[in-house]
Order: sequence, then structure tokens, then C-alpha cells
Amino acid sequence: MGGGRNACRLALIATQAQVRRRSGSVVARSGSSHVRVCSGVAPVGRWGGDGDVPEGAHVSHAQVASIPGAGLFGGRRLSTVSGEEGRGVVKGRSIKKILIANRGEIACRVIKTAQKLGVRTVAVYSEADRGAKHVAMADEAVFIGPALASASYLDGAKILATALATGADAIHPGYGFLSESSKFAELCKQKDIIFMGPPAAAIRAMGDKSVAKSMMSAAGVPVVPGYHGEDQSPELLKAEANRIGYPVLIKATQGGGGKGMRIVHNESDFFESLASAQRESQAAFGDSRVLIEKYVLRPRHIEVQIFADKHGNAVHLNERDCSVQRRHQKIIEEAPAPHITSEFRQRIGQAAVDAAKAVGYESAGTVEFIVDTVSGDFYFMEMNTRLQVEHPVTEMVTGQDLVEWQIRVANGEVLPLQQSEIKLMGHSFEARIYAENVPKGFLPAAGHLHHYNPPSASPTVRVETGVGKGDTVSVFYDPMIAKLVVWGRDRSSALTKLVDCLTKFQIAGLPTNIGFLKTLASHHAFAAGDVDTHFIDRFKADLLPSTQSESIQEPCVPKATQYGAALAAAAFGIKSAQEKSNGLNSIWSSGSGFRLNHAYTRMLHLDWKSELAESTPVPLSLKLTYSKGGNFVVEGDKVEKMTVTGKELPDEDCNLRLNVNGKSAPVSLAQFHQGGLSHIHLWEGDQHHHFTMPVPAFDTDESQEHQRSSHGQHERSSTQGPGAVVAPMAGRVVKIFATNGARVKKGDSILVLEAMKMEHVVKSPIDGIVKGAEVEVGQQVSDSTVLCQIEVCTCSLS
Amino acid sequence: MAQFLRKGRTRWSCSLRGEWIASVSTLSAPRIREGILSQGTGSLLPRTFINGSRSFVPDGDSPGSDVNRGRSSPDLDFRSTFATGDYRHHDAKPYSTQCGKLGAFPKVGSLPSSQFSVGLGSIPTAVGGHGRKWSHDSFNSKWRNFMSLDHDLNVLKDDIKTSSESFIENSKAMEELLLDLQQKVEKVRLGGGVKAVERHKKRNKYLPRERIDHLLDPGSPFLELSQLAGHELYSDDLPSGGIVTGIGSIHGRLCMLVANDPTVKGGTYYPITVKKHLRAQEIASQCNLPCIYLVDSGGANLPRQADVFPDRDHFGRIFYNQARMSEEGIPQIALVLGSCTAGGAYVPAMADESVIVKGNGTIFLAGPPLVKAATGEEVSAEDLGGAALHCKVSGVSDYFATDELHALAMGRKIVKNLHLAGLKNRASRSYVSEEVREPVYSPDELRGIVPADARKSYDIRSVIARIVDGSEFDEFKKLYGSTLVTGFAKIMGQPVGIVGNNGILFTESALKGAHFIQLCAQRHIPLIFLQNITGFMVGSRSEASGIAKAGAKMVMAVACAKVPKITILVGGSYGAGNYGMCGRAYSPNFLFMWPNARISVMGGAQAAGVLAQVERDKRIRDKTPWSDEEEEKFKEKVAQGYDREGHPYYASARLWDDGIIDPADTRKVLALCLSASSQTAPKETSYGVFRM
Repeated sequence: MGGGRNACRLALIATQAQVRRRSGSVVARSGSSHVRVCSGVAPVGRWGGDGDVPEGAHVSHAQVASIPGAGLFGGRRLSTVSGEEGRGVVKGRSIKKILIANRGEIACRVIKTAQKLGVRTVAVYSEADRGAKHVAMADEAVFIGPALASASYLDGAKILATALATGADAIHPGYGFLSESSKFAELCKQKDIIFMGPPAAAIRAMGDKSVAKSMMSAAGVPVVPGYHGEDQSPELLKAEANRIGYPVLIKATQGGGGKGMRIVHNESDFFESLASAQRESQAAFGDSRVLIEKYVLRPRHIEVQIFADKHGNAVHLNERDCSVQRRHQKIIEEAPAPHITSEFRQRIGQAAVDAAKAVGYESAGTVEFIVDTVSGDFYFMEMNTRLQVEHPVTEMVTGQDLVEWQIRVANGEVLPLQQSEIKLMGHSFEARIYAENVPKGFLPAAGHLHHYNPPSASPTVRVETGVGKGDTVSVFYDPMIAKLVVWGRDRSSALTKLVDCLTKFQIAGLPTNIGFLKTLASHHAFAAGDVDTHFIDRFKADLLPSTQSESIQEPCVPKATQYGAALAAAAFGIKSAQEKSNGLNSIWSSGSGFRLNHAYTRMLHLDWKSELAESTPVPLSLKLTYSKGGNFVVEGDKVEKMTVTGKELPDEDCNLRLNVNGKSAPVSLAQFHQGGLSHIHLWEGDQHHHFTMPVPAFDTDESQEHQRSSHGQHERSSTQGPGAVVAPMAGRVVKIFATNGARVKKGDSILVLEAMKMEHVVKSPIDGIVKGAEVEVGQQVSDSTVLCQIEVCTCSLS
Repeated sequence: MAQFLRKGRTRWSCSLRGEWIASVSTLSAPRIREGILSQGTGSLLPRTFINGSRSFVPDGDSPGSDVNRGRSSPDLDFRSTFATGDYRHHDAKPYSTQCGKLGAFPKVGSLPSSQFSVGLGSIPTAVGGHGRKWSHDSFNSKWRNFMSLDHDLNVLKDDIKTSSESFIENSKAMEELLLDLQQKVEKVRLGGGVKAVERHKKRNKYLPRERIDHLLDPGSPFLELSQLAGHELYSDDLPSGGIVTGIGSIHGRLCMLVANDPTVKGGTYYPITVKKHLRAQEIASQCNLPCIYLVDSGGANLPRQADVFPDRDHFGRIFYNQARMSEEGIPQIALVLGSCTAGGAYVPAMADESVIVKGNGTIFLAGPPLVKAATGEEVSAEDLGGAALHCKVSGVSDYFATDELHALAMGRKIVKNLHLAGLKNRASRSYVSEEVREPVYSPDELRGIVPADARKSYDIRSVIARIVDGSEFDEFKKLYGSTLVTGFAKIMGQPVGIVGNNGILFTESALKGAHFIQLCAQRHIPLIFLQNITGFMVGSRSEASGIAKAGAKMVMAVACAKVPKITILVGGSYGAGNYGMCGRAYSPNFLFMWPNARISVMGGAQAAGVLAQVERDKRIRDKTPWSDEEEEKFKEKVAQGYDREGHPYYASARLWDDGIIDPADTRKVLALCLSASSQTAPKETSYGVFRM
């Protein structure tokens, strides 16, 4: 039964495709197109570059054509009359082993579903991922090369060879890397390996933004006004920008995820932005072509998850709102989008399905729209021809496993559900937890996860991650640590849960955006669903407090922080005092602080730095007294005296139960050494405090210097004056503008750093002459490395 | 294939495959004992019955383990399965504990298999021929199970009611004493006065206890010694005798720290300062502890040179000790944080390694004024003996520190790099890994046990119950010579022998004490003496029973026993009792006093009585009248003198002890001391002539 119906559907779609190709303007809108197909377009032999539509299809097609009213229904109804004989004609070999050409959380995510279905998995890994979680989770893992993505995860040939060698039937590309490479999809096809994504043609069509847009507008999907032409001469582009009217957006034609994208607010900035966008695009996609578009003010970013099978069925699984973005990257996504009517949902969903059908789509895809918050109009923006990072929110509200769908579709099965069967239940949020430096403008960060304790998973809370405690977030790949996905009956209950889970999400060792996400999720405007893509800019004052306004001598320490510091000091003492002394041999090294006939008092000097705002560390001195009976008395110049008792809980997650002046509360404490400092993290109530402590003098001096030099950094803290040019983040030097001896002005570009495929221009802090630049193009530098010195030149006037 | 043991009255039955096959009377005990002793654990063998229920079954040969799971007797249920290497041996675990926790001892000893075949008679298979020696490790790893069999069997019963009136009254009295003690300690911790401290701190210097805190592992214990040395000893105050000493851990290595307090008389050495310094060295030498001298001293106190300089145990002895300890491989480290003048210069000079602080640290035999007087040379202290000179030119010092914290950091590093120095004779890790259980009765209750009225007696077992692990005490010869309590226990897992007084020593008590001390010495078990002794029994009956020679035996045993000894004065320490119970003269590794303790040759009242008797006799001879009133006055004066001189402050001031401790800290202090004393290898004890 099913097989015949499949074949018939396929023929139908194939016909449509053919029609579209011929006429170039026929819209594959479900009802009418069927009629059109039926009404006399000849059966086709081949479809696009993908399907091998067999003989049987022709037969079926005739049957289909003869059914009255077939066009009103989905393919399922149509196919009920067709016979069994069609089964197996579609490339329908059942997948037994999948190679996952990706890393991190998405690789783990795919492996999970594969394991659920009994499908074996092959992971691939680079030098930097030897100990990664996805490697451990997969049934097999194959080493594919150095850390640099271009030599490993982006090396399609190598990955294909691996797939062949391991006998994998299919490749799941995840997102990023090769997921939207039509070349790779084609290569897979050549080698007879199933690429778990859309056909290469669909990728190619949607990958080229200009082509996509013209195709969409042809298919009747609304698009944003812009220039998508082939002529890339800067003057013409500028003229087009002028025509569209500022602000305009320059985007890489091949781009995605904010890479190679620039907003130009006025004419004078156009050329510089253009050059930069082109460079980034060239680096990322090997293609420097760009397009120009109207930049919609206060737009919402709403996208629709669609799914299509090899038989021409396509459904949408409702929309997601991903409006809240920073650096043009999403950080909180939700489904369904707040404040939209079901009528709008239907319209936008239908538009997405149309878009997918217009390119003969298969597997999972996302059609992104810009929604004008004022008029409520939506424009097609782009289509992501892959499973997206934020797919879990859709899974949560529909109760479906999209990776399972992908596998089944790749198997040649029909979609598990038809449109009417797709539910929308409750509300779901996803928060992306990134290693990033919020006060430094969300610059990506890298580092070691000294402490990692996510909230516990449940049917309504998912934590998707590819790392665990002790792992490293490397500079080579995306700095996303985890995705926190929650579900609630309605938006407000889901939001409550999101904030709660963010509060319980404990990460220490590298800067993260958890605090920022929490502030964001707790914001009244966000709670009201008043979102747009400028949300963060709009509420900057609330979300990123005291950015620069407070450069006064005495930065005030919030009361909660003072309390946190006192608790941290007490917890620190309690923890060391309760370290299990293993009998007589260790009694002397225990942290009991035992003294004869008096109480041991020790000073703890903590430095506190705001997580959200850039500031100088504020010193906090605390006097910790080990009094009788395991009581700790904490006093400080800024902290009220308090008595703390408590005990360490026997789990491995550094949890303690403290009793502060009679009030009992759980806290978590993480301690570690990093970068010559001792770090103390304390989670207490809804607060997360991070303090640093200079390592006691007796452990520093030479050993620390040694440590620094062993990292190969050219760090010379003694020379770090006002003229020091410091790397704002870890990254790779991709371009150097000013070499030694060059005269630069304040604000001149000195070099370009690339991290996570994002370019950052490092500018001169003062006027002067470049000295001591030792970096070279291609060199990897660490965060805060002194790149060079700008020496103030007294003779600069002459 | 396992045997299951069932305890009859004195015999163990074995079953194989559910059948009761043989009754095994206790296998020849000497053999077992021998086996165990050969593994170095002989000291822990108070049981006479130890039986193997061990069988080796070649893996392939095992007919299946189901048969092993039978219930063997109502009070025992053993389960098996536990595999190592080629052999599966069936391990037995007590399952039901209601009947007194009997169990099999699966891996005790290494009985030759022939013995098993004898015991098990007609067992058809498997037992013979595979008798492998159990490795020491596997033996130790099972030690815990083994020991846990008789947990709770020997918990001391204690009927002290913490809510009783007397307990509350006692606690109150003790707390008053403690409060006074703590106030005194608080005062000495301030050093030599506000002005001196201020001046000191202005020079970027830390106080001696702060220096020590910086040197020690953060938060780790510090056992300060003789805090009240010099208390009311001289006309001027000498807080802590002008020197802070104590034991603490640096990078996990126990060290003896000796820190001059320059705020007290410029850090000069008074006689008691010298005594305290030497005592610290004595402990270090006895316990193999690296010595760290934090030097900041003006040398010998010149006005008191006669009591400081010439004698054997005077200033020179410090360097003699440094030399001898260095010879033994006990590291000697000096951190020069201030001046080291004259004799003091030899402390860093004699040290194995030394650190000197730029600016503050100086080493010279004569300071600038003396140099000027002697040679006319005018030179600054820094040029004469500063850090630069000694590190770059003279080589008197090895490490150049930019400031005090740096110097202390270097001190830590030196210790970190000691590696095995001084450890060549170290005791092999003893079996103290057993999980440490706290006493059943809170050590804090020790404050309420000592009667407020010193004349009242109390049961020393109440004290023992609050200092030993799980309050478990295996008493030795309980019914004989019951005024002396002896027995085995553990403190933080370390086996100890405890000798405590429960009244006057009689002949039997003394004999029992001598016997017990010999037991401990032979087994290398540290001894703890809890002194609350008014002396040996006097009177004709006593003398006739030979109490003198019985006491002599105990004294001989105490003097010769070469095991760590720790004495705590928990009450009176009078007369020869002090000797038999390891008083200061018997060189216990450590000796501490409770605040209520008293020490003198006899009680004040008795002494007054004796002296009054002598005086009266004299008066009668001289025919000078002596009124009752005068006699009372005389007696009172004597008694008062005794009370004053027997007081812990008086004792501590003169270093008759190593400090006064809070009774509630006794367990901790004992544990720290035991740990510190266990750094040396066990020594064989031999004795002199016992008078029989």
C-alpha cells in the first residue's frame, strides 16, 4: 500500500518540479497545483538531480490523475488507491548505521535518537575532540584530522571515506559544518551514501540568498525588498543600498548564522562594511558575494519548522520565535511565538510549506521570516536546509522527535504525521548557554569547565550538551556549551521554569552568559512577550547595567554579593574542615583549623567582578574564625558578622547545606586554580557569585611565570601600559594592518582576529607607533595576550 | 564449595555443600598466631579463636556457586562470590548480626593446607594443594571486615548524666578554669605589647603566629606548645617565653616550628626561652620532625647570661642539637626574618638551608655598634649582614627573599622538596586505615566529669570513653589491681594502650601496670597515661607486700618501654605515682595538663602536716613554744605554697609540661601527638633488672 502511494506522491512532486522548471513561475501550492498537474502535464522521467523515479510512478500517476478532488487532500488520501508495488522503488534501504559528521551537542543528540531506534552510530573527531562526549557515546569513533575544522569536520572527502570504511549507510550532518554543503550532499549521493538532509539542489537553491529570494517571490512567498543581483561592483551595490534606503543589511549570499553580515546605518560606512562582510564571507564560505536588503527596524524573527519526505509530503511543525539575538545570533528561542493568532500561524506555516515545496525539499528545514511588529506582515528571509540548533523547542511542543523523523524520511518512509495530526501543546523555551564574555560585548570565550552541574533533566527539562565537567570549550569551534530546553503548560509557566533552571545551571571555569540569560528571561518586557531582534539593545540599560557609567573610585558591591562573599568564605572553611580525614595519617593536613585554647582566625581576600558589566575587581576582605563545634564566624568590613554552620552533602556536585544565623539553605561551591588565581564560585538562592583569590604568595613567583610561558603566550604584564594592544578574546590572527614601526592613530585597525568564524578588528587605543608586535598571520593567541605596544611618539607632530 | 562456620560453644563447625562435615576445634592457636605475627599485625590479636573458612577453588572446577548460598545456621548467613585471578575464593560476610556478630575470618593467617585437610577430614575436593600465601595487601584490605565483627562488643558503659546537678556544677567549675586559661592565652597571643607590635608591623613584619599561619597548609591544625611558658616567672612579662613553638603541617609534612617573638624583649633568649627552644628540638628529634626556625632574635639576654649561656642545657645546646639532628637526617631550615645577632647567627649558619629577607633580615656575629667599638669600622646593618651580602657574597644564606611573605613561601618550598629526608627510619604505614569512629560519648562532656572538688574521685573510664574510637575499650586484667585501669583502644584508628588511675596504686596495680606496659612495648603500641594519682599506698601491709619493688617494676617498665608515650595529667600527680605514670622525668613524647590538674611531691595538706610535725618536733627540742594558731598559720602557708607550685600555670610557666589543654580537646591533641610520634620506626625494647 504505502509503497505505491509513495511512488505516486513522488511522481506528483516530480511533475510539479518539472512544471516549475519549465515555466519558471508555477507555484507549487498544494490544491491548485495538483489540479494543474492532473490537468495535463506529461509524466516525467527524472526529477531534479535527485530522484530516480521509476517506471511504476508513471502508472500511479495516471491513477492519481483520475481521482476527482484529489487535489484537495494531502498525498496520503491520494495514495490510498495505489498499490503495494511501489514500495522499494524509492531509495528505501533501511539505515542501520549512521555516521555523524558533526561534534558537540548535536552529535550527541543524533546519537541518542539513533540508539533509541537501534541504529548504530559512527562519530568522527578531530584532534581537539579526542576526549569529547560524542566520541564516547557513539558505537564507533574515527579520528579525522587536526583541530582546525577545515581539515577535519569540513573535509567532506575524508568524512565520506570514513563512512565508507565503517560501512555507514547514511551521514547525518547536524548543523553547521557540512550540513548546508550541496557539494557534500552530491558527493554522498555519488558514493551511494544517504545524506540526511535535503537534496543538493534544494540546498544550492536556498544557499544562494539571491536565487532563493527570487524563487520565493516567484512562488508567492513575500520577500524583503533588496538587491540580490550578480553584479557585485561596490559602486553598484552602494547605489542599490541608496535606492533601498538606509539602514540596509549586507549579507553574504552564501552566509548564515550572522556570518558575513553587516548593518550599514549611513552611506559613509558602506564601503568598509562591505569589504569586511566580503572578507568574512570569503573566509567562511569561499564566496565573497553579498546581497543588500532593507533593514527592518524592530523586526521579529519568526521561523517555521518544516518537514518533507521523499514522497512530496510536506508539513510544518509550527513556528518558533527567535527574535532575541545578540551579535545576530539567537540566544533564547521559543515555540510557539508569543502574541500571534492561529490564523497567522496557519498563513506563515503555509508560506513555509510552499517555500519548501518550491525547491523540492526533503527532510527537516526551517524557513525564516522577518515579521514586522507593527504591520504584522512577514517576509521570507532565508531557509536553513538542516536541522536547527533550536529544534528541541518544536519537539517539546509537538511531542515529536525530529531526528527520528529525519532518519525515517531518509529511510524513504512517509512523514509520520500529516498536518492535521501535528499538535501544538503548551509552550517551550530554549536558552543557549555560551562560553562568552558578556561585558566584552559577548565576545566568544574558551576555557576549561572546572565545574559543570546542569539542572536535572526531566520530561519537561532537557539539557542538550556535548560537554561535561572537566571538558574544554576550545577556540576552534562554536562556543556553545549547552542548550537548556524547558516546557510548560503555557508561556508564563515555561518561563518560570526557564528562570529556575538557569538559576540551577552551574558552570565555572569560563565566562558564560547564564547570568545574562537569567536577567533577560526575568525581564518584564520578555515576560510580556514584547520581543524583537533589537530586544537586547532596547533594554541594554536593564540587561547590562553600569556598562561604563560607573568609573568612579568606589564601585559599590551589591548587598547580595557581600552576603555571597561571606557565605563563600564560610563554605570554603566548612568544606576544607570536613574533608574526610582518613584517620591518623591525615589528621594534620585536615582543614580543621585546630588551635590550642584559642580560635583560629584567617583572612580571606576575595576579589569580585561583575559578571554583566566590565569593571575592575573590587576587593573584599573577610575574617573567618573557626570557632568551637564547627561554627564559622564571618566578619568583613562590608559584611555583617554572621555565624555559619553546615555540612557538605555527600554527592559529588560540591553541594553544601549551610545554616546562617539559624536559616538553613543549600549552596554549591566550586573551587579551582586557573591563570594564577584561585577561583571560588558560589551558587546560593538565585544568585551566582564568582570571586577570585590571589593564590597565596607561597605558591606563586617562579612557578607561575613558568606556567605562563609554557602556554606560549607573549604575556608581559609589566609592559601592559595604556598603549598595550590586548587581544579581546582568544582567536586566530587573520590579517595584520599595522606592523612594527607603523604610525597609527587612536581607533585605527591594527589587526583582525578570528574566533568562531567571527572577525574582530583590534584597534589602536592611542596615537603612536607600533612596537613589539610579534604575532603573525595564522597564529593563535589567547585571551588578554598583549599583541603589541603603541608607543606614544613625542615627535609625532613634527 | 565454601565452608560455613557455625560456632558452637568453643568450636566451629564447617559445612561443605550444605552438609555438616566436621567439627573443627580451634586450630592450633600458636600456628595461627605465628602466621599473623609474620605479617606484622601481631599486636592486634586479642582473640584466641581464629579459624579459617577459606577455600580455593580453581575457577573451571567450580561446580557452581549456588551451593554456596545455603543458610548454614540461624545466626549466620554467608554469601559468596568474589573472584580474583585464577581462583575464586569464597568470601563470607556476616549477614545477621543479632547474635553478636560472629563471623568467619575469611583471610586470616595463612594456614598450610595440610591443616585444613586435617580439620576438614573427608572433604573430597579442592581444598588441598592450592594453599597460596595471602599477600599482605589482601590481608590488610580485609582487615576492616575482620575488625568490624566485634564492633560494639566493648563499648564502655557510662552512667554519667549530663543533666545531673553534679555534672552541671563540674562543668561550671571547669569552664571557669578554661575561661581563665583562654584569657591568659589570649593575652600572650598579643605578644610583647601594643607599642612593640606596632613598631614591628611598621617594618612589614608579621607576628610569629601569623608567620606560622602563613607557613602552614591553610586551615590545617597547629599544635602550639607551652603557650604559657614564662608566665609570672620573671619580674617582667615574658609572653609565651618570647618564643612560639609548635607542630604543624607544611605540604602535608609535619614540621616543628620555632619562631622568635621579637616584640617580646627584642626576641632575646631568657632562660625559659632557651628551655622552650630546646624542648621543641627535643620533640623534633624524638619524632623525626623537620625543624623550621623563624629567626628574629637579639640573641642571649645579656643581663641573664649566667642562666642562659654556660650550662649544658643552655644556649649552645641549640646548635649542638641542630648539628646532631642534621646528622640524623632531620632537616634544619632557618628563615631569617629579622636580626640574628651573635650566637643567634649560628641558627641560620648551622641550618641545612636558609632564607633571608631583604631589608629586615641580618646575620652577623656583632652588630654595627659593637663593630664600631671593636674596630672603628662604620657600617650599616644591611651592608654588614644583610640579605644581599649573605646571598651574593658570604654564602651564609641560600635564598634571597624580597619580603617576609616571599621568605615564608620559600620556606614552604624547601619543605616541599625535602622528599625523603629524615624518613629513612620511618615507620611503615601502620594499619590505621580503618574507618574512624567518633566516641559514643561526646568529648565535650569531659568538662563535666572532673569533680569540682578535687578531693572527690571519679572513674577514669568516663574519660577513656570520651577519647577513644567508638568508646571501645578492651580492658586488660580488669578484676586485678583495679585501682589501675589498663586496656587497649584506638584513637583515630591508631591502636593505643591506655594506663589510667582509679585510685591509689597498690602492689597489684603496679604489677599489672608493669605487665601491661611490657605488652604494649612488645607490640609497639603507643602508651597513653592518664594521671590522676595521689601516690602509692603506704603503711605496713603495703610495705610488707613489697610495694616498693612493685612500683620499681612499673617504673622500670615505663622508663624502658620504647614506644611513643603521651601523658595527660587529668587530676593530681603526686609523689612516686608521677614516676610510675610516666611523669616528665620519664621523657614521654608529650605531656599535657588539664586546667584542674595539680602536680607536687605530695598534696599540700599532707605536706603541711608532715612539715608541721617536723617543725613541732624541732620546737619541742628547742623548747620554743608553738601555739596552735601559729601551727595553723604555718600549715596554711605550706599548703598555699604547694597549691601555688602545683598549679598548672606554675608548671607550664616552667615547662614541666607541654601545655595546658581543654579536656574537650584531649582526643584531638592525643591524635595529633600520636600522629606526630608515629614518624619514627618502632624500636625494640629491652629492660634492666626487674627486682622480683
